[in-house]
Amino acid sequence: MAKISSIKVDSKIPEGPLAEKWTNYKAHQKLVNPANKRKLDIIVVGTGLAGASAAASLGAMGFNVLNFCIQDSPRRAHSIAAQGGINAAKNYQNDGDSVYRLFYDTIKGGDYRAREANVYRLAEVSGAIIDQCVAQCVPFAREYGGLLANRSFGGAQVSRTFYARGQTGQQLLLGAYSALNYQVSQGTVKVFTRYEMLDLVIIDGRARGIIARNLVTGKVERFAAHAVVIGTGGYGNTYFLSTNAMGSNGSAALQCYRKGAWFANPCYAQIHPTCIPVHGDKQSKLTLMSESLRNDGRIWVPKKLEDAKALQAGKKHPNDIPDEDRDFYLERRYPAFGNLVPRDVASRAAKERCDAGFGVNNTGLAVFLDFKYAIQRLGEDVVRQRYGNLFDMYEEIADTNPYKEPMMIFPAIHYTMGGIWVDYELQTSVPGLFAIGEANFSDHGANRLGASALMQGLADGYFVLPYTIQNYLSDQIQVPRFSTDAPEFVAAEKAVTDKIAKLMAIKGKRSVDSIHKELGHVMWDYVGMARTKESLETALKKLAEVETLFWSDLFIPGAADTLNVELEKALRLLDFIEIGKLMAYDALNREESCGGHFREEHQTEEGEAKRDDENFSYVACWKYTGDGQEPELIKEDLNYQYIKVQQRNYKN
Amino acid sequence: MDKNISFTLKVWRQRGPKEKGAFATYEMKDIPGDTSFLEMLDILNESLVNKGEEPIVFDHDCREGICGMCSLYVNGHPHGPATGATTCQLYMRRFKDGDTITVEPWRSAAFPVIRDLMVDRTAFDKIQQAGGYVSINTGGMPDANALPIGKDIAEEAMDAAACIGCGACVAACKNGSAMLFVSAKVSQFALLPQGKPEAAKRAKSMIAKMDELGFGNCTNTRACEAECPKCISISNIARLNREFIKAKLKD
Ligand SMILES: Cc1cc2nc3c(=O)[nH]c(=O)nc-3n(C[C@H](O)[C@H](O)[C@H](O)COP(=O)(O)OP(=O)(O)OC[C@H]3O[C@@H](n4cnc5c(N)ncnc54)[C@H](O)[C@@H]3O)c2cc1C
Ligand code: SF4
Ligand code: FES
Repeated sequence: MAKISSIKVDSKIPEGPLAEKWTNYKAHQKLVNPANKRKLDIIVVGTGLAGASAAASLGAMGFNVLNFCIQDSPRRAHSIAAQGGINAAKNYQNDGDSVYRLFYDTIKGGDYRAREANVYRLAEVSGAIIDQCVAQCVPFAREYGGLLANRSFGGAQVSRTFYARGQTGQQLLLGAYSALNYQVSQGTVKVFTRYEMLDLVIIDGRARGIIARNLVTGKVERFAAHAVVIGTGGYGNTYFLSTNAMGSNGSAALQCYRKGAWFANPCYAQIHPTCIPVHGDKQSKLTLMSESLRNDGRIWVPKKLEDAKALQAGKKHPNDIPDEDRDFYLERRYPAFGNLVPRDVASRAAKERCDAGFGVNNTGLAVFLDFKYAIQRLGEDVVRQRYGNLFDMYEEIADTNPYKEPMMIFPAIHYTMGGIWVDYELQTSVPGLFAIGEANFSDHGANRLGASALMQGLADGYFVLPYTIQNYLSDQIQVPRFSTDAPEFVAAEKAVTDKIAKLMAIKGKRSVDSIHKELGHVMWDYVGMARTKESLETALKKLAEVETLFWSDLFIPGAADTLNVELEKALRLLDFIEIGKLMAYDALNREESCGGHFREEHQTEEGEAKRDDENFSYVACWKYTGDGQEPELIKEDLNYQYIKVQQRNYKN
Repeated sequence: MDKNISFTLKVWRQRGPKEKGAFATYEMKDIPGDTSFLEMLDILNESLVNKGEEPIVFDHDCREGICGMCSLYVNGHPHGPATGATTCQLYMRRFKDGDTITVEPWRSAAFPVIRDLMVDRTAFDKIQQAGGYVSINTGGMPDANALPIGKDIAEEAMDAAACIGCGACVAACKNGSAMLFVSAKVSQFALLPQGKPEAAKRAKSMIAKMDELGFGNCTNTRACEAECPKCISISNIARLNREFIKAKLKD
């Protein structure tokens, strides 16, 4: 049993009715006047949608911003890879959408485990994001009449997703990058590329800077500021194989955790239903096929076990199985939403069929996503126009032509809803430390709906943080710039260099990746799509073994004071192991099923997730208590005042 | 099913920007055809680390052809033999048993080598900082549908905006020109009404920056277009030239 802390959580939700909270907040928050802004330094770590939009907006307001990323250019942050789209409650389609409906869908999609006030604000600012992006020349898809086009995504019955072909994340990020470049040209933002944050510096209880390693020279450097913003993305790579980019990591979040910021809901990880199945053991990452494909593709496995067996043995071709022998299991189980059920539901349904032996590839871990019907209905040209680049991508990887035969897909780790705990102001439990984008835990509850991560990242960066951070900074204007010679900086730097020296000195036999793969197997097998008390206890034991292996047998070639990719990976792996443990603790504690967290002990007779609102309607915040010690649990109760909490129903 | 292949890999290795580099040769055995090119390098690196040696350094991140990080010059082609694909989208089934595969970094004065196959492309960021934006702040924008934009115009802008900033165009060009990259950004903005007011000025300042950073002139060899993984068209260069002339006329 987790040790429960008596700390009372203040999430700083403003007074007033739901729809007026944000307006009230903005009307009464404290501001910083323009002359003073120039005297205040803000560190923004990360240049993804969240980090770049925040850095650009803060720069535009007149603050002095230092912006960091590990890639060689801000434009290469992992956000670039988002394909499908971004939600906004514009109701351009006149199909009944509204701020309230987007809010409602997001809360429901998150299985009633997100904070009402935050999510309402997210829906409220969503429209302004689209306006901002269009003003930046983001080339969204348009209709013949010249107006913006929309598509539908899982978990919604309206069409509110804006997109730029299959490259929405790229176009939004390039928009934010252009805004950032404008600020760089104005001298308000300085960008540090190929730099990796390795620790947070705290002075008198407030976040005052970071320690970062120049990845080209290997030099460990100190940076001071009046506030620190973390926008470093999610920790899906804990599983080794995921749809995340190779460099995506959870280290900055974990550094903050070790310095006192709470880590919230770590066990909420999203498993995306439509990824290209795993092949072989040399694979380095998994490729997502956009959820938008579920608009027109139909998901099926054979009805007859003997057909599945023949497919697995390569003795039958999918096209030879007649329609009446195909089990469109999502349409069968969820008639109202069909192939557009939320991700957690679709993923579990695929697993259920494959566990029952109906998997369709040689490993038995794949289902079909079939465009035959869409091609019959719309013609190949229309399908090509909508999904051409995705089909090409699939063909290049899988070496089969999806216009001619169904795609094979399987669920994969994709997104992490958990992250650094923040209050309504996006401030963590450490004063002066803020967290935005996927790095925080805020808006998606136990399951994120498609096209809402881009929305949240940009909402945080363009329209929320630039306001709320001023409320904190307004009483910091008398605080002079910090010297990085302060003892806190010296100590933090020493701790980092000591840790690096310790890793270099292990001199074992195993490469970082080989140990990371072991971690990934433990996580997928025991903290994956279906969890039990037993599996999670096994996970904790096995994670301790992986940690021992790391400290006894890791080998990092080369030197620390120069470019060293293996060292970079080793530092991240150490943190992934710690995150793995946090995920297991959290999953063990949460004795219910909700969203992406499925405890087999807690399911309905039909195999759906069974929540326990009586006992678990809270955010689980984990507080660091020392290395090798179990963290403490702090509960933030969730009170729903405007929405009636129900069992999610996508059936009728 | 893909079959396994064995081949010889010649890889450029160089400690730092000022140090001399050389090819190192590695024999690769039984690599499955469904291994990506970068996964093949992972396999090699794993074996190097297991022998106590330093792995080959190369840039990569998304491994799905969109971040623009991967940048290998394979058998004389930026991003290798496939058209319309990045290095990370290249699969070993493209190669034959017994092949010799040569891997080099981008070679261009404006992209100095950092180590092995990793080069410094910050010059591209600097060009973008010289004008690759609309000069606006955050908030207070007109409604997104206030200004209809023809579908064909939006599509053309999207074609140009698809550039991933990888630098293959520069690596492919005998003059080391960045014109395709610059023209893609200038075109995207020049086509759309929100970008028009600054179009000419933007073209001029981005070109000036490009010249200053040591990129060469464009002599219309079209090598860039042929090698661009996103099939960015050189018609963008014509549009860039038009904007540039407009700016000159205003001077
Ligand atoms: C394949 C794929 C497709 C997706 N498609 C969609 C979609 O269609 N719609 C949608 O809404 N969402 C989608 N998502 C989710 C969405 O893309 C991400 O959640 C979102 O982009 C995260 O943005 P971010 O700014 O929080 O972080 P990221 O974009 O991950 O950026 C992290 C930044 O932090 C930097 N960084 C990390 N660690 C450090 C460190 N220690 N020091 C310094 N810098 C550091 C990185 O360099 C980078 O700049 C998709 C995700 C994937 C994987
Ligand atoms: S124009 Fe093509 S080759 Fe050049 S940077 Fe852009 S995507 Fe790469
Ligand atoms: S690794 Fe991102 S484009 Fe190749």
